[in-house]
Amino acid sequence: MAKIVIDGVEYEVNPDNNLLQECLSQGLDLPYFCWHPSMGSVGACRQCAVTQYRDEDDKEGMLVMACMTPATDGAIISLEDKQAKSFRSDVIESLMISHPHDCPVCEEGGECHLQDMTQMSGHNYRRYDKKKRTHRNQYLGPFINHEMNRCITCYRCVRYYDDYAGGTDLSAQASHHHVYFGRHEEGVLESEFSGNLVEVCPTGVFTDKAFSGQYSRKWDLQTAPSVCVGCSVGCNTAPGERYGTLRRIVNRYNSEVNGYFLCDRGRFGFDYVNSRKRLLEPVKRVDNTGELLADDEIKAVIKEFSREGTIGIGSPRASNESNFALKTMVGDENFFAGYSDSEHESMAAILTLASDKTFHSPSVREIEEADAVLILGEDVTNVAPRIALALRQSVRNKAMDLASESRIPQWQDAAVRELAQHERSPLSILSPAVSRLDDIAADRVIESLPALVAMGHQIANKISGSAPAATSAEHDAAAEKIAAQLKGAKRPLIVAGSSNGSDLVKAAANIARALHEDGEKAAIDLCLLVPEVNSIGMGLMAAEENSLGVALDKLSSSAAKRVIVLENDLYRRASKSQVDSALDKAEKVLVLDQVTTTTTAKADVVLPVTAFSEHEATYINYEGRAQLSFQVHQCQKMAQPAWRWISDAAHIDDVIERCCSEAPGFAKLRDVLPGGNPFIAGMKVPRQSHRYSGRTAMIANVNVHEPKQMEDKESIMSFSMEGISAQKDPSIMASPWAPKWTSNQSISKFQDEVNGELKQGHVGSLLFEKTDSGAYFDVPAATVQPSGKQLHLALSYQIFGSDELSARAEPIRERMTDAYVGICPEDAERRGLAQGDVATITPTGAPVVVCIRTGVKPGTALLYCGDANISPAEFTGFLEIEKSAARATSRGIANLIVSDFQEEEI
Amino acid sequence: MLTLIKDTLTSQVVTLWRVFSHLWVKADTVEYPDEMPYMFPRWRGRIILSRDPDGEERCVACNLCAVACPVDCIALQKTEDEEGRWYPEFFRINFSRCIMCGFCEEACPTNAIQLTPDFEMAEYERQDMVWEKEDLLIDGTGKYHDYNFYRVAGKKIGGKDKGEARNEAVPVNVRSLLP
Repeated sequence: MAKIVIDGVEYEVNPDNNLLQECLSQGLDLPYFCWHPSMGSVGACRQCAVTQYRDEDDKEGMLVMACMTPATDGAIISLEDKQAKSFRSDVIESLMISHPHDCPVCEEGGECHLQDMTQMSGHNYRRYDKKKRTHRNQYLGPFINHEMNRCITCYRCVRYYDDYAGGTDLSAQASHHHVYFGRHEEGVLESEFSGNLVEVCPTGVFTDKAFSGQYSRKWDLQTAPSVCVGCSVGCNTAPGERYGTLRRIVNRYNSEVNGYFLCDRGRFGFDYVNSRKRLLEPVKRVDNTGELLADDEIKAVIKEFSREGTIGIGSPRASNESNFALKTMVGDENFFAGYSDSEHESMAAILTLASDKTFHSPSVREIEEADAVLILGEDVTNVAPRIALALRQSVRNKAMDLASESRIPQWQDAAVRELAQHERSPLSILSPAVSRLDDIAADRVIESLPALVAMGHQIANKISGSAPAATSAEHDAAAEKIAAQLKGAKRPLIVAGSSNGSDLVKAAANIARALHEDGEKAAIDLCLLVPEVNSIGMGLMAAEENSLGVALDKLSSSAAKRVIVLENDLYRRASKSQVDSALDKAEKVLVLDQVTTTTTAKADVVLPVTAFSEHEATYINYEGRAQLSFQVHQCQKMAQPAWRWISDAAHIDDVIERCCSEAPGFAKLRDVLPGGNPFIAGMKVPRQSHRYSGRTAMIANVNVHEPKQMEDKESIMSFSMEGISAQKDPSIMASPWAPKWTSNQSISKFQDEVNGELKQGHVGSLLFEKTDSGAYFDVPAATVQPSGKQLHLALSYQIFGSDELSARAEPIRERMTDAYVGICPEDAERRGLAQGDVATITPTGAPVVVCIRTGVKPGTALLYCGDANISPAEFTGFLEIEKSAARATSRGIANLIVSDFQEEEI
Repeated sequence: MLTLIKDTLTSQVVTLWRVFSHLWVKADTVEYPDEMPYMFPRWRGRIILSRDPDGEERCVACNLCAVACPVDCIALQKTEDEEGRWYPEFFRINFSRCIMCGFCEEACPTNAIQLTPDFEMAEYERQDMVWEKEDLLIDGTGKYHDYNFYRVAGKKIGGKDKGEARNEAVPVNVRSLLP
C-alpha cells in the first residue's frame, strides 16, 4: 500500500495501479475517455490531466495524465488545481469542435459518457465557429448502428474490438482529423462480441440497432438484475422493459463472471419474449385445434397428472424451481432428465468430476489467469462465447510476465503490447476443424474425434506415467510439446465439454488429474462446458439412471401413462421415431413451455410459461455457481412460472427453501437470496429509475384513471420508482447510475475498487462440495472405423442458432445459417458436391447445405443442426452424405463466419 | 391610546375610500365568454406540437419533455422513417394531470412542444382530457418561426445528406491522402 495526497487529503492506494484508476477507486470524479477498466491506459485523449507536485513546497506543480502516472508512494496531486481544470476543459472543448448537434436523436443520449464528461469539465458553449467535419456511415450488420460524426477519436473501439476481442474487421483509417473507425468496406461486423462496442464507445458512434427500433431512454426502462439464459456461462445482464415489451439487454457487472462484457447472443437474443408466437394462454387440444382452458379445467388437469402413472421430463433451460416443482409432483423416481442420452452420459461424468477435490472449476475471471490452456474438442466460441473472450485474455499472461520482468506496469497497455509483440502464453486447440480461436493458438491439431480422445489420453500419460496410455501414437511430438507446456505452467487450464460425447470429458479429466499428480499444484483448473443455462441444475435433480431414453421407453411400453414435459422440445433431444412413438402411446401429454414447438403441437394440454424476464428464478452455471435472476416485468397475458402451475407453493422463496432442504446438492442455493434484512426502513428496491417518465399518461388512452401501481409480493423489488435506490446501499443493483455519471461507466462508483467486487452485489454461490478424490478413467476401447462412404461425425454449434430460444429473436435470425455439413474438399469431390449444394444425410434423410472447408479433418463431417429440426440424437458416430436435387433455401450458409485461418494448410 | 384610535380610523377610512373609488375604474375582468380576454403570447395554456418551417413534424421523440414533466403526464414512443428521421409513433398528454408548468417547453430541444394562450380546456368527461398526437399537432410553427432542428443536427435524413447541415463541411474522403 502506498499513501498519496489528493487535494490535501491522504489516501491509501495500490502502487501497482495508475492515478486515474486509484482516483476512481476512491470515488473521486476525474473525467477520462480512452482508459477502460479492463483495457488499461494508452494516454490518447489527454482528458484525465491532474497537477502533480514535487513536494510540499512546490506550489507550481506540473500537469500529468493520471492514467499514465503510477500511484507512487508520497505523490501529491490535485484534481481541483486551476491549471488542471482549465486544461481538461480545453481538451474537451477541442474534442467537441466537430461533435454534431445530435443528442436528441442519439440513442446514447441520457447514458452518454461524453455528455457526462463534458458537463463535468464545464464546457458548454461552442466558441469555434468554423465548419464541422463530417463522415459517411457504414452498414455494420443487424446488431450495430454506425454514426461516425459523433466520434471523438478515443480509439477505445479498435482497442476493444481488435486488441481485446481479437476482431480483424474494424480498424482506424485515415489520419489527422479525418480519422475514421470502420470496416474496410460495408458489411457485417464479424466478431461475436461486437455488441460490446455499444458500451465501450463513450459516445454514440456505435449504438444498439435492435434497440433503436423500439427505443426508450435509459431512465424510462424498468430494469432488474437478471441472468442471461443463452448458454451455461450465466452472464449477468440488465434487461430493460417499457410499455410491456422487453426492449434491450445490457451488461451487468459481476466481477467473477462476465465482468464488463457480454456476447452477441446474450445481448441481442431476447426478442422471442415479445414475439406473437409466444404461448400465452392455457390451451387443450380438440381435433387439431386449440381451445382455451378455464380455471377449474386447469385444476382438473393438474389433479389428473398428480396421479400415479405420470412421469415428468425436466428441462435444462428451465429454472431450478420449475424442475424441482416437477420433481416433487411426479416423485424422484419418475423425474427424467430433459437432454439427449449422449449428453446425459457426458453430464454424468461432469457431475462426478464436480465434487472431486483434484479439480477446480474456474470462473471466467479465473480463466483469464490461466497461463497454459488446452482446449480439447470443444468449439468454445460457439458453445460458451464469453469463455472464448476470457481465453483470449489468458494468452496475454505471457505479455504481463514480460512486462513485469522489464518493470513496465501492467496497465501500460500500448507498452506491454509493443514489448510482447506476438509472444503469447501457450494455448493449444485439439479439434475436428478450425475454430475461431485459432489465431491465438500456439498449437492446433485437427483430427477426428476418436483420435482426439486418444491424443488426450496420450498427453495425460506423458504428464504422469500413472495415467493410462493411449493405444494410438499419432501426433506424438505435438502431445509431448503440449504436455510439457501444461507441466511448466503455474496455472494450467483444461477446457472440454459435453458437446461431443463423454470420452473427451474423460480424457480432459485424465490430463488434469495427471497434472495434479505430477506437480505440487492444488486443484487443477478443469473447465467443462455444458450447453444450456441450467444443464447443471437439472442434471443434479435427475437421478443418474433416469435418462430421457428410459422415459420415452416407459411411455412407448405403456409403463407410464401420462407425461409432463417441462419447457422442452423433445424432438431436439431424441430421434423423431422415438419421440413420436412415446407421445402417441401416452394417454395424456401436458407440455409447459414459453414458445410453440413440435412437442407442444403434440400435447393434449399446453400451459404457458413465463420467459426469463418475467419471473424470478435461479440457474446454475457451468462451474456450479447458482445465481438469482429477478423478474423485470409482468407477463401481459396468462403465462406463469412453471412451478406455479404445478405446485401449491405460494412464494418463490418457499420453493427455493424446499429445494435447499430436499434436493441433494442444493443446500447452498439459499445463499443467493438477498441476505440479512434486505428492506431498509421497510422499503423495497425500485425497478424504475428515479426519473422514470410518463406514469400518468402511459395507459391513459385506455383509462384515464390510473390503476394502483403493480405490487410485487415475491421479491425485494418493486414495480415502481419508490424505494431505496442503488445509491443508498440496497443489497441489489440493476443498472448503475450515479450523480454526474449516467452511463455504464458509473460502475466504478459501485465497486469496492476498480475491477473489484460490487459493494452491493452478490457474485453467486458455488454449490459443489469438494469431497471425493476419484481415479483415472480408462482409455476407451478402439472405435469402429467408418465403413464405405461413412464419415466420422462431429457435432458443430453456432453462436447464432444453436440456442433454441435466442434463435427465435429477429436480430439473431438475420445472422443465422441453415443446417450444414462441413467437409474437406477431397471428401466433397469424391461425392461430387460443391459449396452451397444441398445434400441429404443418412440415416434421417434431412436436407443440409454443403459447406466445404479446408480446415476440416478429411474423413470427418461437421454437422450443424441449426433450427432445421434435425435432432443430433439421430446419429451415432458416423454420417453418410448424398447429393440431393433440392435447392438451397434463401438463407444458405452465407452468414457463416469461419476462422480467419480457414485457408491455411492443416 | 389616542394615536391608536386615530390610526385605526384613518386606516379604515382610507381603505373604504380605495374600495369605493374602484366603482369608477374600468374593470380588469371581461364578460367572458361573450367577450374574450387578451391572453399574452407566452401564457402557459394548452400544449401543442408544432411543425418546422418545412412543414414537417418538429418533435424528434427525444423524451426530454416526458422526463422533465413533474407530474409524468407525457408519454411517447420513438420511431423513425426509412431515411432516419426520428418522430414519435404516439405522443400522449394527459391534460387532467397537467399543471401547465411549461417545463416540457423549456426542455424541448427542437421547439416542438409549446404552451399556447388557449385556456379553454374543460371537459365533462375526464377521459376526454387525454390528447394524442393527432389532437396536439398543429399545422404551423407556433411561437418560434425559424428553427429547424434537423438543419442544424448532424444526422442524415431524407432531403438532407451528410455535410448539408448548417456549419458542416463535406464528408471526409477516408481514402484521400491530402491534408
